[in-house]
Amino acid sequence: MAMLHTVNKSPFERNSLNSCLSKSKEGSTILLIEDAVVGALKGTKVAEQMAAAIANKNVCVLGSDLNTRGFAETDILDGIKIVDYAGFVDMVAEHSNVQSWL
Amino acid sequence: MSDGIKKFMFVNTKAPYGTVYALESLEVVLISAAFDQDVSLVFCDDGVFQIMDKQNTEASGMKNFSNAYKALGDYDINKLYVEKESLEERGLTLDSLMDLTYEDEDDDWAEKPSINLVSRAELADLMDQQDVVISS
Repeated sequence: MAMLHTVNKSPFERNSLNSCLSKSKEGSTILLIEDAVVGALKGTKVAEQMAAAIANKNVCVLGSDLNTRGFAETDILDGIKIVDYAGFVDMVAEHSNVQSWL
Repeated sequence: MSDGIKKFMFVNTKAPYGTVYALESLEVVLISAAFDQDVSLVFCDDGVFQIMDKQNTEASGMKNFSNAYKALGDYDINKLYVEKESLEERGLTLDSLMDLTYEDEDDDWAEKPSINLVSRAELADLMDQQDVVISS
């Protein structure tokens, strides 16, 4: 099974999302958590880059971290899946390996 | 400055929750209100996320401190500057933010908005006019 990548830093402050996107294989899963959830928003300066990732990778965002920061399902790009804590645990179990981009 | 009042500007540049900067800065701002200084706040870069409306920490179990920003007006802290370019880069508008207001004692306590939308260039001028600038 493919790799699970987690990203936890804002793409507007650090380069970790960019590093993750450029070093993750097609078919892998990318989960945005903590301050990285804003990378899933519509209309940002990284939205185009995210749309390209959505086309060939499984992009997800942690819903509770999204809500904590004042965002809802309607604020995020089409094609990004929202997961909860239980879903996060399942994803870790289902993937062969986890890489954390900090 | 002979009256002992200095112009303090707190510049918030970090997103809330992921790190403790936003909460710590807010606490320092609230303390500074006790010293009758000329205080203003800036929200730029990821700092604009600090005053997002509808923050809901129920599922994450974190402490939701966003309501404390609504109390700033009661402490006579009513000069909040939000950088326009920072909002745009993040796909946000003023409507995305909390409705932060104060009551103007010189105008029959009329409720007025505390948030001022400013450009990057205007912000540079505002920073230039301060006695003390504290960034976080």
